[in-house]
Amino acid sequence: MRRLVSSHTTEFALLAVMVLLCIGLSFGTDRFLTVSNAFDVLNVSAVNIIFAVGLLVVLISGGIDISFAVAASVVQYVTVLALSALGGGNWAEGFIIAGLVGIGLGSINAFLIYRLQIISIVATISTFNIFFGLLMFFTKGVSIYNLPDWLSNRVVFYEREMADGSWVELTLPVVVMILCCIATWFMMSRTTIGRKLYAFGDNPEGARRFGINIGAMHVISFGWLGLMAGIAGLMQAHYAQEVVPNALYGRELDVLAATVLGGARLGGGKGSVLGCVLGVLLVSITQNGLNLMGVSPFAFKMIVGAIILVAITLSSARFDRLLPNAMKASARKRSQRP
Amino acid sequence: MSAEPLLSLKNIKVTFGGVRALKGVSFEVNAGEVHCLAGENGCGKSTLIKVITGVYKPEEGAEIVFDGKPVSAMTPTLAQSLGIQVIWQDLALFGEMSVAENIGFQLAVTGTYGMVDKHAIDEAAEKALARLGVRLDIHKPLKELPIAQRQIVAIARALVGEARLVFMDEPTASLTQSEADYLIEIVRNLSASGVAVVFVSHRLAEVLEISHRITILRDGSLVGVYPVEGMTQSRVTELMTGRNFDSAVIASDHDEAPVVLSVRNLTRHGEFRNVSFDLRRGETLGITGLLGAGRTELALTLFGMHRPHEGEILLEGQKVDFASNRDAIRAGVAYLSEDRLSLGLNQPQSIADNLVMASLDRILSHGLISPAKKRDVVSHWISALGVKIGTPDDPIRTLSGGNQQRVAIAKWLAISPKILILDAPTVGVDVGARAGIFEIVRKLAAEGLSIIIISDEPPEVYFNADRVIHMVEGRLEAVYDPRHTSLSELESAVYA
Amino acid sequence: MKTFIQTFNARFGADMAGPVVAFIAVMVIFGLAADNFLSMATFGSVAFQLPELGLLTLAMLLPLLTGGINLSITFAANLSGLAAAWVLQSHGGVDASAGVFALACVAALVTGGAAGALTGVAIAYTRAHPILVTLSMMIFLRGLGEFLTRGGDVSGFPDYVAPIGHGSLFGLPIPLLIFIVCVAVWHVLLTRSKLGFGLLMIGSNMEAADYSGLNTRKIVVLVYTLSGIMCAIAGIIMLARFNSVRVGHGESYLLITVLAAFLGGINPFGGFGRVLPVFVALIVLQLLSSGLNLMGANQHLATALWGVLMIVVMAARTIVSKFRIFTGKKV
Repeated sequence: MRRLVSSHTTEFALLAVMVLLCIGLSFGTDRFLTVSNAFDVLNVSAVNIIFAVGLLVVLISGGIDISFAVAASVVQYVTVLALSALGGGNWAEGFIIAGLVGIGLGSINAFLIYRLQIISIVATISTFNIFFGLLMFFTKGVSIYNLPDWLSNRVVFYEREMADGSWVELTLPVVVMILCCIATWFMMSRTTIGRKLYAFGDNPEGARRFGINIGAMHVISFGWLGLMAGIAGLMQAHYAQEVVPNALYGRELDVLAATVLGGARLGGGKGSVLGCVLGVLLVSITQNGLNLMGVSPFAFKMIVGAIILVAITLSSARFDRLLPNAMKASARKRSQRP
Repeated sequence: MSAEPLLSLKNIKVTFGGVRALKGVSFEVNAGEVHCLAGENGCGKSTLIKVITGVYKPEEGAEIVFDGKPVSAMTPTLAQSLGIQVIWQDLALFGEMSVAENIGFQLAVTGTYGMVDKHAIDEAAEKALARLGVRLDIHKPLKELPIAQRQIVAIARALVGEARLVFMDEPTASLTQSEADYLIEIVRNLSASGVAVVFVSHRLAEVLEISHRITILRDGSLVGVYPVEGMTQSRVTELMTGRNFDSAVIASDHDEAPVVLSVRNLTRHGEFRNVSFDLRRGETLGITGLLGAGRTELALTLFGMHRPHEGEILLEGQKVDFASNRDAIRAGVAYLSEDRLSLGLNQPQSIADNLVMASLDRILSHGLISPAKKRDVVSHWISALGVKIGTPDDPIRTLSGGNQQRVAIAKWLAISPKILILDAPTVGVDVGARAGIFEIVRKLAAEGLSIIIISDEPPEVYFNADRVIHMVEGRLEAVYDPRHTSLSELESAVYA
Repeated sequence: MKTFIQTFNARFGADMAGPVVAFIAVMVIFGLAADNFLSMATFGSVAFQLPELGLLTLAMLLPLLTGGINLSITFAANLSGLAAAWVLQSHGGVDASAGVFALACVAALVTGGAAGALTGVAIAYTRAHPILVTLSMMIFLRGLGEFLTRGGDVSGFPDYVAPIGHGSLFGLPIPLLIFIVCVAVWHVLLTRSKLGFGLLMIGSNMEAADYSGLNTRKIVVLVYTLSGIMCAIAGIIMLARFNSVRVGHGESYLLITVLAAFLGGINPFGGFGRVLPVFVALIVLQLLSSGLNLMGANQHLATALWGVLMIVVMAARTIVSKFRIFTGKKV
């Protein structure tokens, strides 16, 4: 158990903060600690979590991507236009088109970074401008409101009325989000590809000398983020029941902040799906709680910002230094014992 | 040992951008042999290793034979499958991964159906460590291990790759003596179990201790292959540089000169304790001892980077308490770092900027940096110390180690220091260029500068200092006068 | 040709080549494609649009040169503008005196400087990655600004404020003059001051700079403070140009400033870069957008082309340096 704690400090610290926050909020408002509210938080966070696990893979492999959120907007638009060209389409076609377009856009980033050796932040800021500029140019900023029925109708996997009259709903975005998390977790910690991505992010030169195909690593990490961005884009269109070209503009930095809050390290080699999910949830729970407490939405954005500022600054000063000393000492002793 | 060599290379030529890095070199290693590859920086050692591991392709006419079979084109993958493993100087390990994942990395990236088998990896790691006779917690993240244990992890990783021939590039450079001894023991075990080890090291003493044979390269050519029996350090140096170095003790008395620096019972817990000594004007003081003896920590405290817990520092009789190294610099204390690549110099920046970095206040006019004054200061020091450069605007990393070190010294001379602390001033400097550095040091001392030379190589302080302090585990063990002590007495005290 | 390149590099610096080539390309292409491109009207529109983006780019520049970044510049500019607006409104609104306006400017500069200093302190003392600190600072400042304005506009300023955004002096737009003065100050700061020297040194190796006696923490704090002050100047210009302050105004400039800086030859890892090539790069970006505007395309196509231009320039650098390695010359 101690080893588990000391090797997952960020996750446990986040969990602890989250528990404290939940306790505090449940005293602050009686509507917070209900099952239906928990599902609300999940429904609201689903799209961001899908983005975040995609971004996580890129961060672990040592890159950064600014373009994924506007890429998702491009995917939404292209997918909806393609579906109407196909005469309506269905969920399977929707996912395939969104996924492929997303992977394609991600591969453009991989090409720029690997083939043209442009560092990832410069390359993705450029593609951010290209994707968004072209999208707004071709769409003239016009939104699409008449989505196919299957896409705009809510898909509910499980619903139940609670004793207090509130509804619990398990909706499609949440199910898709859970599948994306499992897939990403599986790839990163159970397959050789995952090991290679971690290794490449940890020590690129060491990985190269070991004969790891660097080009493939770029395509896989940015392709995966593209896939996740495509799926997230489709889910966001489904959730919002419309496609607005600049709806996701600016989302990239919020997701980046939440992912890093979850322990992923800029520079690579470190990060976990659990931490990443907790990072996004912490932000959502804070917003949700403040909302329920009747705090002005303008104020809670500021409060969330302050919390992220403090958390990120503190976590750079290393969470594990905040662990009780006794625990650290005994962990050290245990590992030294032959 | 079989009569047939395990690996044999003939007529290896490599050219980079018109410069011949290897001019037709031959090289042989026998199975189970510990072989040393020696030569100055830039002699072609690392190029040769990269040819053997398939990173570089040799030119037409090269011949590579491994285990009796000719190899027409070596690639990194082929080299690995033949059992040729390299332990790079930077180890190329993965800090965030556990010990087991590092050792079993080969298994982790080649699992069946692309799956990772954690049990197989743990098992392989345990087995490799057992073969080395080492116990380590295999679930610990690598970044938490000390450097010596990481070295062992790198060796264990090579064993998982069914190594038959292991190259070790400067494996002991960052180890303390006892750690290095431990590593040497492991190398012996490896060799006894039939694995050939090629050792690249500049610590000649340990090379002579463990190698069976030495191959010496100079300027991309083979000087010769020699058995270690009957070899001496000075003979190896001579073969490596093609020159003969005579050393003589230069120590002299400075009892008449005023005391510049007095250190009284200086202590930093866990680093050094109760260190006291005086340094006089024009005197050169040597400090030696093994890695971990507290030499660099002491120097950093004198330089104001750390604060002493107890004791005091007096500069020309005045007690000083430096809050940062800026205070120390203002008081005339300069410190040449042992780590020239990342601390001593700002490698990507220009020679001129590096040179004026510590003395900006002296080139100001009306509060702004004066380009004319800067140019004058730079050209003055470049010629005063005989630094060979293209233009002062070239990045300093384009200079050789010796010339870089001269610029680093010039940077500190530009503040007109009273005390100059040189920490390992010859690390990464060719044997041939070292004499030039010490010549400068001697001249500075004659001009009245007080100098402290820190080195883990006893001859370096013995032949270049007036007095030698020997530190052991943070204590000042003894003070030697080179005129009344022999070098071997000093060495046996240090290595005891 | 070779000697021309050498003379050019000796006089203007090698980092000037990319922006100048791009400048010539843009002038030639649009000069041929749109017959009314080479005119005073184009110059006028560039001259009035350049300063906002330009000042924010200057704010981004110093952190980039230290190997960091400042993602909070646009909201720092908004917040500084808000501070000025608040001072103006609480002292008479449209009837505020010139003295009040001076006070408002001071309030803006102090606000921007304080936001920057706070960022700088967080980065210098926790050694957290500047992307993270400034990103969270951005989220915080945005929230704070939206809280203070409730998402609306603040407007109603004295008439004499407008010329700062729209007026001309000696035939040159006043915002352009302010921008040129700031460029000159930044140029002197980088080439001649101790702070400029130090920030370039910490950009390529913070620890080596520390060992050489540079006060690296102080430099980092000053860099982000100056960045915040430059944001405040941008905020004042925006206030004057739009006669209102809205949180979120200029948000789309954020990543463009990074792009302009890299286009101007700033080393993405820090330590190397000059102001003048960035100035030329900014003009190129504005010309591109004005030219497209003349040809009937909108700003969004220009945004996309800015991204393409960036990739072309960065790719050309990669190819040139590979070529030089190939021919055995040192870069």
